[in-house]
Amino acid sequence: MLRGVFLGLIGLFLLSPIVVVGGVSLNAKKALFFPPQGVSLVWYAELFGEPEWLIPIGNSLAIALLSSLGAVSIALPLSYALWRYRVFYARVLFLLGIAPFMLPPVITALGFLAFWATVGLYGKMVATVVSHAVFFVTLPLVTLSLGFESIDREIVEAAQVLGADAREVFGSIVFPMIRSYLVSGFAFAFVLSLNEYIVAYMVAGFTVETLPIKIFNALRYGYTPVMAAVTLVFVLLAALVFGLIGRFGDLPRLMGALTPESRNS
Amino acid sequence: MPGLYLENIEKRFGGVVAVREVTLELPQGRFVCFLGPSGCGKTTLLRLIAGLERPSRGRIFLDEEDITEQPAHRRRFGMVFQSLALFPHLTVEENIAYSLKIRNVAAAERRRRSEELLELVRLPGYGGRGIAQLSGGQRQRVAIARALAIEPRLFLLDEPLSALDAKLREEMQLELRLLQQRLGITTILVTHDQREAMSLADWIVVMGTDNRVHQTGTPLEIYRRPADAFVAGFIGTSNLLRGVLGKDGRVRVGGLALRVETLPAGMSPGGEVTLSIRPEEIPLLPGGREGENHLSGRVTFVRDVGASIEIHLDCGGIPLVSASTPKNRPDLRQGDAATAFLPPAACVVLAP
Amino acid sequence: MIAERPRGALARLPLLYPAVVLIVFFVIPFGIMLAVSFFRREPGGFYLAEFSLTNYANLFTALFGRVLAFSLFISAFCALLCVGLGFPFTYLLTRMPRPRQVVWLVLLVSVLSLSAVIVAFAWSIMLSQTAGVSNLLVRLKLLAEPRSWSPGFWALVCGMAYLAFPYTVLVLYPPLARLDPHLPEAARTLGASPLRTFFTVVVGSLRRAIIATLVMVFAFNLGTYLLPQILGRPQHWTLSVLITDEAIYRSNLPLAAAMAVFFMVVSLALVGLAMLGGRGRPGEEA
Repeated sequence: MLRGVFLGLIGLFLLSPIVVVGGVSLNAKKALFFPPQGVSLVWYAELFGEPEWLIPIGNSLAIALLSSLGAVSIALPLSYALWRYRVFYARVLFLLGIAPFMLPPVITALGFLAFWATVGLYGKMVATVVSHAVFFVTLPLVTLSLGFESIDREIVEAAQVLGADAREVFGSIVFPMIRSYLVSGFAFAFVLSLNEYIVAYMVAGFTVETLPIKIFNALRYGYTPVMAAVTLVFVLLAALVFGLIGRFGDLPRLMGALTPESRNS
Repeated sequence: MPGLYLENIEKRFGGVVAVREVTLELPQGRFVCFLGPSGCGKTTLLRLIAGLERPSRGRIFLDEEDITEQPAHRRRFGMVFQSLALFPHLTVEENIAYSLKIRNVAAAERRRRSEELLELVRLPGYGGRGIAQLSGGQRQRVAIARALAIEPRLFLLDEPLSALDAKLREEMQLELRLLQQRLGITTILVTHDQREAMSLADWIVVMGTDNRVHQTGTPLEIYRRPADAFVAGFIGTSNLLRGVLGKDGRVRVGGLALRVETLPAGMSPGGEVTLSIRPEEIPLLPGGREGENHLSGRVTFVRDVGASIEIHLDCGGIPLVSASTPKNRPDLRQGDAATAFLPPAACVVLAP
Repeated sequence: MIAERPRGALARLPLLYPAVVLIVFFVIPFGIMLAVSFFRREPGGFYLAEFSLTNYANLFTALFGRVLAFSLFISAFCALLCVGLGFPFTYLLTRMPRPRQVVWLVLLVSVLSLSAVIVAFAWSIMLSQTAGVSNLLVRLKLLAEPRSWSPGFWALVCGMAYLAFPYTVLVLYPPLARLDPHLPEAARTLGASPLRTFFTVVVGSLRRAIIATLVMVFAFNLGTYLLPQILGRPQHWTLSVLITDEAIYRSNLPLAAAMAVFFMVVSLALVGLAMLGGRGRPGEEA
C-alpha cells in the first residue's frame, strides 16, 4: 500500500512534465494552455516544415550519427584490447575514456573550446562532431567492456580447439556475442549527442546550431507551442531507442545488475 | 610408436610451478585419467596437450610428430571444458557443426554429420534448439558431440561431469566409457574424483600437490600396489599406519610388531615406513582377542549405507576402518569391544 | 587468447588508434586549457601566450565566492533529496519482476538522456500560470487563483532533481541489485518488520555505497548549467554559468579557464572522496 503510493508519486513526478508539455503542444492557438484549448497538430507541421527548425534538426542528426559512430570506433578496439591483453597502458586509456564523463561538462567543453580555437577550427561542424565523439566515448566503452566481460575465456578456447584462428574466433564468436552491446553503446551515444548542449554551444554555438541550442535561443524570444512539440518528439525518440534496447538487449545487465544465470553459477 | 608422448614437461606461471618434470607415454586408443587433488596441475597438463598453454620446458609428440609449437587450432583435437563453453548465440546444430564450418564443409554434409552425432549422444531431433533450452545433462551431451564432430586425434575432457548431481554423473560416466570404446579414440579425462577415475580409465596418472606425477598404471595396480603413501591415501580409503621397520622384518607400530609378507627392495632396518591396509581386507571379530597381527579396541562409529558397512575402531590410539558387505556384517555396535586382524599379505609397506 | 601480452606491432594496432584520438582530442585540449589559464587575455581574440598569474589572482571576487557557495549548496541539497528518495525507490525497483524493472529503467534512462534545455522548458511550463500545477490546484479549490512559480529557487530544485533522480537510481542500481536477496529474508525470519529490515539490514549493509552515491550525485549536480538560466533568477546562477558567461560573452577565455581549473580541482577531490568512501563504480552508469 505504502509502497504503491510511493512508486506512484515517483512515477507522477517523472511523467507529469511530459504529459503537460505533450498537452501544451496540441494548443490550437499560439498560447500555452493546459489542458490545451483546441486540438491541432499545426505546431508539429511547423517543426518539420520550417527551415528555421529543419536546419538545426539536420545538424543535430548529422552530428549525432557521425559522432556516435566515431565514439564506437574508438571504444571497440580499446575495449577489445582491454579484454584481450591485461597491460597497464590499456587501463590508462580506459580511464582516459571515462574521464570526460566524470568531470563537470563545462570543464571538458572549455577544453574543447580552447583546443579548436588554437587549431583554427572553432565554429566548424567537424569540431562539434569530433568533440562529441570523444565526449561520449564513455558510453560505448562501458557497454562494450561489459559485453567482452560476458564472454567466458573457455568459450574462446573452445573455438580455438575446434579449429578457429584468431580472425575466425572474432568473426564467428566474439563479434556476435558483443553485437547487442555495440548497438546499445551506439544508441546511448546517439541519443545523448542529440540532447547535448554545452559542448556544442561552446565549440560552434553561433555557426552550427543544433536543436538544443535552437530551443534555448528561441526560449529567449518567448515560448511557443513548437518547443513543446520538439520536447515531445525528443522524449518519444529517447523512449523508443531505450525501449528497443530494453526489449532486445539486456538493460538490467547494462545498468550493472548481474544476470540471473550468472548469479546461479 | 603411435600415441602421445610427453617429454620432461614443465610449466611455470611467473614464479609458480604448475607442472613439474612430467614424462609420460600414453598409448593409442586408451582411456586415460589424470587424477589428483585440486592444484596438482592436472588441468594445466591437459591444456598444454591441447595447445592452450605453451610448456616452459619439454616437448610434446603425437604419433612421433613434434607438436609443441603447433597452435591449438591446427591440432585437430576435441575438448570438453569444465564450463562446457557452448556458444550461447548458436543453436545445438550450429554448435556441433562449428568445427566443420570452420573447415568449409558443405552445409548438407554438416547437417548429416550433426544429426549422426546427435544420434550418438542420444539427443536426436534437438538440432534446432537454443543452448538455453537444454538441461545440464543435455548440454553435456552437446559439448561431447561438438568435440567429436571432426573425428579428433585426441579427445580431451576437463572435469566435464563435476557440475552434475551424483546420479546423472554416474549415468554419464557409463555412457562416456561406452562411447569411447565404440569409437576407439585416445581419450584423456581430468578428474579429482578417484571413483570416477577407477570406473572410467584403463590407465590412471596420479598427480600430487607437489605438481609431479606419482604413479601411472591400471586402476587395479594403483589400488593394490600404491607407489607411495600419497597415492595410497588418495585412491580409496586406506588405513595408513606410521611405523619403524625392525631387524626381524616386522613393522613396529605403537607397541606392536606386525608381520608383513613382502618387503619392498631397498628398505633397511630402523627406517621409518608407512603401512597401508585397505579397509575391505580387515576382518573384525567381536570381543578382545590375542594373537599375531591382532589389534583389539572399541567401535567408535558404524556407517551403514546398505550396500556396504564401514566400522571405525580405536585400538589403543590407532584408528582403523574396516569395510564389509551386508552378508558378512559383523554384529557390532558403537561402544562394543572388537578385534581387527591385519592379514600379513594385505599389509603394503611404503616409504614414509 | 586472453591475458596474453600483445605480440608484435600488429597486435598493438587496436590500441594505437584510440590512444592517438584520446590524446589529441582530450589530453591536449585539457593541456591547452590548463596553459590558457596562465595566459593573458587578448581583447577581440582568444588569448595571448604570456605567462601570468593574474587570472588566479582575479578569481577570488565576492561574486565568484557567492556563486561557488550557492553551487555547492544547491548541489548538496538536491543530492540529499535525490538519494533520500532514490534509495528506497531503487530498493523497491530491484525487487520487482524483471519485465517491470525494464519498463522503469527505460523511463529513467529516457528522462536522464533529455537535454537540460528540454527539462527546463518542461518545468517552466509545469510551474507556469497558464498551463501548470497551479491551474490544477485552483480546480481542486486548493488555491484561489493560478500563480507562476517559475523562475525561483524551488523551480530550480524541481528541474535539478528531475535530472539527478534518474542518475541517482542508476548509480544505486548495481549495488542494490547485487544485494543478496536472502539478506532481507533472513532478517524477516528473525522477526524484523519490513520497514525495520529495510533500515537496519539494507541501509546498514550499503552505507558505503550510499555515501559514495551522495558525493557522485553532488558532483553531477555541480555540472548544472542550463537550468539556472531558465528556472532560476540571477542569484541562482551556478559556477558553470559563470564560466560560460566569462568565456563566451566577456570573451575572457583565460579567466574562464582559471575558473574551470579551480572548479575541476574541487570536483576531482570530491570524486576521489567518493571512490575512497565506498566501492563507487563510476562509469557503469549512463
